[in-house]
Amino acid sequence: MSHEIPYIAAINEAIHLEMARDDDVLYYGQNLATTENDEFLKAFGGDRVRVTPISETAEIGMAVGAALAGLRPVVELYMAEFMLVAMDQVVNEAPRFRYMSGGRVKVPMVLKAGYGFTAGWAGQHTGCIYSMFLGIPGLKVVLPATAADAKGLMATAIRDDNPVCFFHHYLLTLEPGEVPDGEYLVPFGEAAIRRPGTDVTIVATGWMVGKALAAAETLAGEGIEAEVIDPRTLAPLDTATILASVDKTGHVVLVDQAPRHAAASGIIAGEIAEHGFGSLKAPIKQVTGLDTTIPYSQPMEAFVLPDEAKVAGAVREVLGTAPVAA
Amino acid sequence: VRCVRSSARHRSLPDVTSRGTRKGRAVAARRRATSFGPDDLDVDTALDLLTTMWRIRCFEERVGKLHHSLQVHGLIHLSIGAEGVAAGVCRQLRDDDAVYSGHRAHGHALAKGAPMDRVMAELMGRSGGLCQGLGGSMHLVDVQHGLMGATGVVGGNLPMAAGDALAGQLRGGDHVTVVFFGDGAVQAGHFSETVNLAALWELPLIFVCENNGFAEFTPRSAHTKVASVCDVVAPYDFERRIVEGADVGAVWTAFGEYLRAARDGRGPFLLECSTHRRRGHYEGDQQSYRDALADAEWAELDPIARLQTLALERGWIDAQRAERIAAAADAEVTSAVEFGRGSPPVGTRDAADLVYAVPGASG
Repeated sequence: MSHEIPYIAAINEAIHLEMARDDDVLYYGQNLATTENDEFLKAFGGDRVRVTPISETAEIGMAVGAALAGLRPVVELYMAEFMLVAMDQVVNEAPRFRYMSGGRVKVPMVLKAGYGFTAGWAGQHTGCIYSMFLGIPGLKVVLPATAADAKGLMATAIRDDNPVCFFHHYLLTLEPGEVPDGEYLVPFGEAAIRRPGTDVTIVATGWMVGKALAAAETLAGEGIEAEVIDPRTLAPLDTATILASVDKTGHVVLVDQAPRHAAASGIIAGEIAEHGFGSLKAPIKQVTGLDTTIPYSQPMEAFVLPDEAKVAGAVREVLGTAPVAA
Repeated sequence: VRCVRSSARHRSLPDVTSRGTRKGRAVAARRRATSFGPDDLDVDTALDLLTTMWRIRCFEERVGKLHHSLQVHGLIHLSIGAEGVAAGVCRQLRDDDAVYSGHRAHGHALAKGAPMDRVMAELMGRSGGLCQGLGGSMHLVDVQHGLMGATGVVGGNLPMAAGDALAGQLRGGDHVTVVFFGDGAVQAGHFSETVNLAALWELPLIFVCENNGFAEFTPRSAHTKVASVCDVVAPYDFERRIVEGADVGAVWTAFGEYLRAARDGRGPFLLECSTHRRRGHYEGDQQSYRDALADAEWAELDPIARLQTLALERGWIDAQRAERIAAAADAEVTSAVEFGRGSPPVGTRDAADLVYAVPGASG
């Protein structure tokens, strides 16, 4: 059985279910529980649902300490960029402690952060900073693209014994989707094949999954069958599913909203180049954001970001069905 | 004689008591008269503190030598001179109380109960080390004895300790969290954020500042106009006090009061301990930025010498017993080094397996 709810409601449903299931789950952050009618506050009380001051270092650092003490905190950060003011805790404390202790401790916590709000939010609230965390062994990085995955990945994140960066895309917030009822877990490290195809492999994350699927529909009208893969989690990354698809199609387009030199697509490209080179019939193509700060101006904002037409164009290019610009 | 001198020095320190109440001033005045009131410290406690301080001193002096001879490598920070704080605080704690420490953590670890042989093996990078040789000097963890962690980033431990205190508060009971940090951490944002939340949520957290007047290589005067760390937290209006860290009795008494209050669910508290860093910021530091304290002056301050003198004066021990305590500590260090030498480095495959916790794993 399932029900249709928006992406953001699916995340809340998962947190709610996990808090009901496990008393050790805490949920806190700025602007949380702003009224007494807050559904979390009513259900779980002010000890477990807390509003914090604008103190990201303390919020995230306390989550690390509470996790080391056996609790499972979920920190509501709203904007992914707000993590950046607390990078010592995100990068140097949360994911390092288990390793530095020789495996004697674990740090089960979730950093819930929205990203990619490219709807006029300009330079500091629109970033796609997830890939910088792929270079931090000990962190897990999750990017749901559908409401069902938003629920299932959040539940898995809360139960995971490691620090998890849960990045939800702001432009998907109200996107409705069918979500399984009750307990629903999506395992980490298992990519979803959103659309099967035989001619080209498109790997896309988050908001870009929709762009890739739209491009695939357009291309189908041209006789091109694209396979669209959504990794769902970047750490761990399901390279096996990607490589199997590349082995089948021989052509690869990687789509990532992040600036080119900070895109997860570069890491995926590296894996394919190293482990799937023999399958490739053409060079790998990346469709990413330009290496700019996101501009406020609407046409400029659209110009620097990947879209359906850019994805379709890249596919035609790798398949040699469109002339390469001189 | 040293005790008289010690009291005189103590008297010269600023009087920062809880909210400046008449009762607070009376308590402080009584304490200044003698740090080692008979009510505060019995013979067993005094000898435990003396033993603990000798264990730390002998351990760290040996670590300095091992570092010099490359048997302990990497970045090493010694706490020689500050043993009174580690002992006076940690010896009052239970295994189920949590301590967070920083880069200068050896003394805190030993005083909290971490086995010396495993701490030494950790510094030697061996698999028998406290953290399998993967953490080293700056990242000692011993959950069994409540040493929840030590951070190499100054101030990084402060919010983590608050998180531990929050967990303790939510679970009920009388668990107390202690976080050690230096005066250098106070100018970092972590400190303000953590103090604010700890005060707001009334966490059972005791901040223990080891104020040695230097943040790494530069003096406090180069960093702030605020005279004391107690002054920094004054607006939050929680109980706070300055004690001389080399006066282990003063540390014991002041911390004991806060500990009892924290066990009753009150908090937070700040104990600011004026200390002297006998060594450089790290082993190998040339210390061109400061004049070393003369040995003669140090002898008057040394927390071990002062407690030993008091114990002799009070007839708690005789000279032979004093010798035996020091010799036993040194012998323990020798066997710890032997344990370390006999322990192999961690296997490379095992090391890679520890990055992520998997279901059923330890921790």
